Amino acid sequence: MIQIKELHKSYRMGSNHLHVLKGINLDIKEGEFVSIMGSSGSGKSTLLNIIGMLDEAEKGSYILDDVPIKNLSEKKAAIYRNKFLGFIFQSFNLINYKNAAENVALPLYYQGVPRKIRKEKSLYYLEKVGLADWAHHLPSELSGGQKQRVAIARALASEPKVLLADEPTGALDTKTSYEVMDFLQGINDEGKTILVVTHEPDIADMTKRIVMLKDGVIEEDKVVEQVRASQYV
Amino acid sequence: MFDLDRWREIFQTINKNKLRTLLAGFTVTLGILIFTILFGMGNGLKNTFYESFQDDAQNTIFIYPGFAKKPFKGFKENRRIEFKNEDLELLKEKFGDRIEYITARISDGVTVKYKSEYGNYTVRAVHPSHQYLEQTDIEKGRYINENDIKNDARVAVIGRLVEEDLFGRDNAVGKYFTLNKIVYRVIGVFSDIGSGDREERNIYTPVTTQQLIYKNTDKIDQINLSYNMSIGASGARRLSKDIEKLLKNKHNIAPSDQNGIYIESVIEDLEQTLQFANVLQIIVFFIGFGTLLAGVIGISNIMVYIVKERTKELGIRKALGAKPSAVIGMILQETVVITMIFGYIGLLIGNFILKSMGRKLEDWFITNPNVSQGIIIFATVTLVLAGLIAGYIPARRAAKVKPIVALRDE
Repeated sequence: MIQIKELHKSYRMGSNHLHVLKGINLDIKEGEFVSIMGSSGSGKSTLLNIIGMLDEAEKGSYILDDVPIKNLSEKKAAIYRNKFLGFIFQSFNLINYKNAAENVALPLYYQGVPRKIRKEKSLYYLEKVGLADWAHHLPSELSGGQKQRVAIARALASEPKVLLADEPTGALDTKTSYEVMDFLQGINDEGKTILVVTHEPDIADMTKRIVMLKDGVIEEDKVVEQVRASQYV
Repeated sequence: MFDLDRWREIFQTINKNKLRTLLAGFTVTLGILIFTILFGMGNGLKNTFYESFQDDAQNTIFIYPGFAKKPFKGFKENRRIEFKNEDLELLKEKFGDRIEYITARISDGVTVKYKSEYGNYTVRAVHPSHQYLEQTDIEKGRYINENDIKNDARVAVIGRLVEEDLFGRDNAVGKYFTLNKIVYRVIGVFSDIGSGDREERNIYTPVTTQQLIYKNTDKIDQINLSYNMSIGASGARRLSKDIEKLLKNKHNIAPSDQNGIYIESVIEDLEQTLQFANVLQIIVFFIGFGTLLAGVIGISNIMVYIVKERTKELGIRKALGAKPSAVIGMILQETVVITMIFGYIGLLIGNFILKSMGRKLEDWFITNPNVSQGIIIFATVTLVLAGLIAGYIPARRAAKVKPIVALRDE
């Protein structure tokens, strides 16, 4: 699903040259549940941004679902993001003046899906995350866990190839975190490829593969025994 | 533009952010309001000018003699030029096909007496055509006719106020009174709405009568004529020139002498005055347009601020797959909608104010201030354009929002 070879990325900060990614090689197959770990500054978010086409690599190749991602125009990037990827953010990033259903329907709007089908789909995915009754509530009326579940529903709504989650539990307490992970595990069980960036070992243990980043290189890449979140919920 | 979902998006954003929208729209409302009122006032000024020219027929040309200031063909300078009946006949003969009405006019001050009432008035000795040229309305009796001219009849048509002054409540028609001690019979009473009191204190008599009994000459003071409307404004200008040439030649006046003969054309006067009004309106237009522009800059500024405030939201939209064109379209259309709505509010208020003013400002030379259909259409187009211009910079900024920057957690 994702093939990354010799990926480099550096930032220019004034006169300083900050080499963030120093040759990343990563191969992720369909249906995998991968966590990217590392301390802050290790380059894990940068890597996720590049995978998410929010940022562009300097050197190296990145192939997503057999499509080479290189020199994309903004328009192309937007189309690919919409088609291939679902995003889940640490701070949820829901649009505060739209209710839960409207937030979930937004990627479908940009896909050009007719309004009626958008409505049906958004309700379907809200039901999937157990929030069907909250469809018409604004984000400000939801708890943190509920917000993140709305965000998950939104990420799923466009039926992407890969889910990208940047510290999805970073703003949640332990119990809620496990609930969210339980959801993600359920989605993965259905065959969805998921990539999670986290710095919490217990969250990483709930995925199937851990990639450790340190100073811009992969330090360790291991398959782990998945801890099911359901036993904590 | 015709995407229903886009409209829903826009009305949702506008609806959810009322105060912000209100602030953005206010400048436009104010701009259009001032524009409408200024432009309407300009029109009011023009209306006043138009009305002040309704006194005489607008195709009238006045011709009167002056002093030849230059020596010509052996004649010395500073000669007094005088018109005679033959001048009038000459004009009739040469330009008859282009002339609608023509009349001579001799003006004189007279003492008028009826029974024990006295008064000093102006007598104008004229041809019957004068009625049409001055746009005199006969209230009672009749105007001077060709028979009066032929018979040198001692008859007079008096103004409404002359009747009021001398005859009191009596009907003047058929009564005899004296002009400088010569007895005349009143044959009619007239009014003249356009000209007002002064005209209604005049007395008209047949030109021939006056020439015969008064001075026994064939001199006339002035010739008034109206041209056939079919020759148009340019034809009228040519006619003036032709008359001037003919009469100057006849009276031996140097062609370059500006003082020998005066020819005044109402249409030219009207055109000049209207040109003045037009220049004034153009100035008013630019002031109004400037105000409108200030409004547009105002909304543009606020939209830039709004885009900045919405950076995160725009970042989210982009991360979810909004193309740059979708973002530009959204901001642009939103600005146009806000500009249109608030612009129309300004237009309506402005129109309402103009309507309610009506004739109250007549003392300040403003009659019925209004804006025409054309200007409203123009304002609409301007508003859309203004919205597009105002939205352009903010939309460009919105399109440049990088999702990665917008979504970075602070």
